Amino acid sequence: MPEGYSEKVMDHFRNPHNVGEMKDPDGIGHVGNPVCGDIMEMYIKVKDNVITDAKFKTFGCGAAIATSSMMTDLVKGKTLEEALKVSNRAVVEALEGLPPRKLHCSVLAEDALKGAINDYLLKTTGKGLPDWKPHEESEGH
Amino acid sequence: MKRIYLDYAATTPTHPEVVAAMQPYFSEKFGNPSSLHAFGQEARSAVEQAREQVAKLINARPEEIVFTSSGTEANNFVLHGISFANKDKGNHIITSQIEHHAILEPCHFLEKQGFNATYLPVDKYGLVNPKDVEKALTDKTILVSIMHANNEIGTIQPIEEISEIIREKTYFHTDAVQTVGSIPVDVNKLGVDLLSLSGHKLYGPKGVGALYIKKGTRMESFIKGGGQERNRRASTENVPGIVGLGKAAELARKELNSRQKHLTELRDKLIKGVKNKIPEVVLNGHPELRLPKNVNLSVKYVEGESMLLNLDLEGVAASTGSACSSGSTEPSHVLKAIGLAPDLAQGSIRFSLGRLTTEDDINYVLDVFVKIVDKLRKMSPIYKGGA
Amino acid sequence: MTTVYLDHVAANPVDKRVAETMMPYISGNYGNPSALYEQGRIAAQAIDKARQQVASLINAKPEEIIFTSCGTESNNFALHGLAQANIKKGKHIITSAIEHFSIHHPLKTLEKQGFKVTQVPVDGNGIVKLDELKKAITPETILISITHASNEIGTIEPIAEISQIIRQATGDGRQAPCFHVDAVQAAGVIPVDVQTLGIDALSLAADQFYGPKGIAALYLKKGTRILPFLEGGIQEGGKRSGTENVSGIVGMGKAAELAKAEMKERTALLKKLQKKLMDGLKTKVPTFHLTGDAEQRLPNHVSGCVEFIEGESMSMFLDMEGISVSTGSACVSKALKASHVLLAVGVAREMVNGSIVFSFGKDTTEADIDYLLEKFPPIVERLQSMSPLKKG
Repeated sequence: MPEGYSEKVMDHFRNPHNVGEMKDPDGIGHVGNPVCGDIMEMYIKVKDNVITDAKFKTFGCGAAIATSSMMTDLVKGKTLEEALKVSNRAVVEALEGLPPRKLHCSVLAEDALKGAINDYLLKTTGKGLPDWKPHEESEGH
Repeated sequence: MKRIYLDYAATTPTHPEVVAAMQPYFSEKFGNPSSLHAFGQEARSAVEQAREQVAKLINARPEEIVFTSSGTEANNFVLHGISFANKDKGNHIITSQIEHHAILEPCHFLEKQGFNATYLPVDKYGLVNPKDVEKALTDKTILVSIMHANNEIGTIQPIEEISEIIREKTYFHTDAVQTVGSIPVDVNKLGVDLLSLSGHKLYGPKGVGALYIKKGTRMESFIKGGGQERNRRASTENVPGIVGLGKAAELARKELNSRQKHLTELRDKLIKGVKNKIPEVVLNGHPELRLPKNVNLSVKYVEGESMLLNLDLEGVAASTGSACSSGSTEPSHVLKAIGLAPDLAQGSIRFSLGRLTTEDDINYVLDVFVKIVDKLRKMSPIYKGGA
Repeated sequence: MTTVYLDHVAANPVDKRVAETMMPYISGNYGNPSALYEQGRIAAQAIDKARQQVASLINAKPEEIIFTSCGTESNNFALHGLAQANIKKGKHIITSAIEHFSIHHPLKTLEKQGFKVTQVPVDGNGIVKLDELKKAITPETILISITHASNEIGTIEPIAEISQIIRQATGDGRQAPCFHVDAVQAAGVIPVDVQTLGIDALSLAADQFYGPKGIAALYLKKGTRILPFLEGGIQEGGKRSGTENVSGIVGMGKAAELAKAEMKERTALLKKLQKKLMDGLKTKVPTFHLTGDAEQRLPNHVSGCVEFIEGESMSMFLDMEGISVSTGSACVSKALKASHVLLAVGVAREMVNGSIVFSFGKDTTEADIDYLLEKFPPIVERLQSMSPLKKG
């Protein structure tokens, strides 16, 4: 097993959950860029303020794929407020840890989700998340 | 012919268990530890296990161990790495006159680069006086490097006392190539920030060494060009060598007490035997603060190399001066520094003992050595006794 | 599980014959070769023999070979030692944009010490632009260091031509700058003759030709002045201190002997495998784009970038199928930065992260390549289907 990847990470890498594009998503989050490295897209369906479905597509390393997969798992069925509280730390914990040099991948997943929620709010209420801005690292340089 | 190896301070035979531990890493588990695939990861975990083994031997944390290609490289690394990383703080280095050349020559290089070096004297036993360190310290001092024990005369330095004096004031390095695996070495007890060790001096393989770098030490890398060893030392890891060093460290930790006891007994037997049987012989180095493996004698009226060659003819491998300078005829800088009279310095011989040395070996050496000295003295124009 | 090792640029197994030659020096014939007694003499003789074997591989004289602990050390040594030894003549150094970090990083240190470094660009195939090189040479130039072949893209540089340019640049009788070649990826794999190539210093490492890790050499043409890098003893003629790694040196010697004797047949096999893999990828993975020069290329090397996907994921999925490859160079694969080599040859930034290197060895079989060509396309497809970059 590659250095520092837990069994859980490898599980999600081997068989990622919720992969693929979503038809008519209610919100799309797109973060990262190919120049700096990883890219993530997250799609959500929202009904009555609850995330009923979440999917993703990722261009990235093992950790990027595993964190996308875990993030979509974690937020499904949660209200938007609850989902916003799912931090990158929570994803890392759920994956039983990530090597330090891969921690930034989990930030990307958090940003992708927030981006999707932001997109949903913009479309439905005309107002996005008040202070939302992707982390510097996921913006690319 | 009987062959007796008494040059363990120069190099030691690789322990059979070490050889066995290394074997799979040549042709089967040959991966590059930086590779992400299975071959790479297998090699990676072997390297990390070895790091733990080495750390445990000197009571360090695994992440404080950087593998190098030799003790010499570890020493060069310290001098270059600390000096260039801290030159904004100062340009003064303190060391001693009896350090290994792997310390002294980089110091000479640094002097050419604008650094100043103080070479502390030693007393007749080869001891550095901690008070001299105190006096030499200035607000420009960025590094003190004093060896743990001398390779030629075996004197063990008061490292703990020195570290008390310089604590927090500057970085403190000790070259422990001769002590690790011979006597207890605990980086915390010694109070050092950096410590060099070498694989082949503790029954590990040649071509591998390590440097302990205390967490938080500000240091540049020396061999540059890759991210290995947490950016401290570039180049693909010498996996079998590192595995061998790890195993050797583990064995040293287990066997340290018995090795020490065994060697001290044999050492004292050899010293006593020579002194009883040969007049006008001087023991170089400290009588008590001394490596258990080291016997360094000066025999009046005879020359070191002729003793060495005669011993070799009798199957006994020893050394004169230090192994590194035995290519030259000048008395070693160490013997000069302890103030040994030139004639005695010329007549020096070092026996260094190891885990395979037996009491029989010592008896045999005593027997042939007495005859050799007698023969050489009879040939010596300056010897007026006995004849 | 089937295991197929296709990462020979990162590491090679020690040839069994080499390991056998080494073992007595690890376990039995100990002795510090600088000492005078008998065991020491045995070790010194073994080192002499190895020095001849290594010299013979590159058509050098034995006394021109200095053993070191790794290719990285050889490169660091050459740059520091040659720069410092010639400091009175000038402070300008030329290198290429696609060198290994063990060239670029020490040069950064030398820059801090007041040297000036010019990086000559390469063309889209990774070949050093000779006219730019010519222009870069000034009377202040003391050292030129160019790789023989790149580990990342496999391109072989026109070393003989470069050497000629260097000699001609100072036709007025002044001494030409020192020419150092990093041949770590090339020596023992393709013919390297320091005399016909016209090289003053050359780095080579045993691991690349089935010798052990932890041992390498620097060829230094007789009469070339160098300052030591590792100081502190009289070993290697005072040029490189540290007790000699006897078993490693013996192993490198034996490996060099075998590489020389078997180079022809090894090359024939490697070329066959290379063609098979390149052809296979062309038809089965159309989104794979070869990097480096298709012709002037190491025979054991196929590298490229795959559209829309990322290298580490590819290598991890291949690993699950028992196939070991590397993404970028072994050193780069842990860093998250885009490879400077791929950027230098003009690979689009979006594609740089999708780089992969297949490198094979003398024991690789056609079946291994077949297995790869069977397993690789579905992995690419799967990852591309997950990729947000590939639409539709």
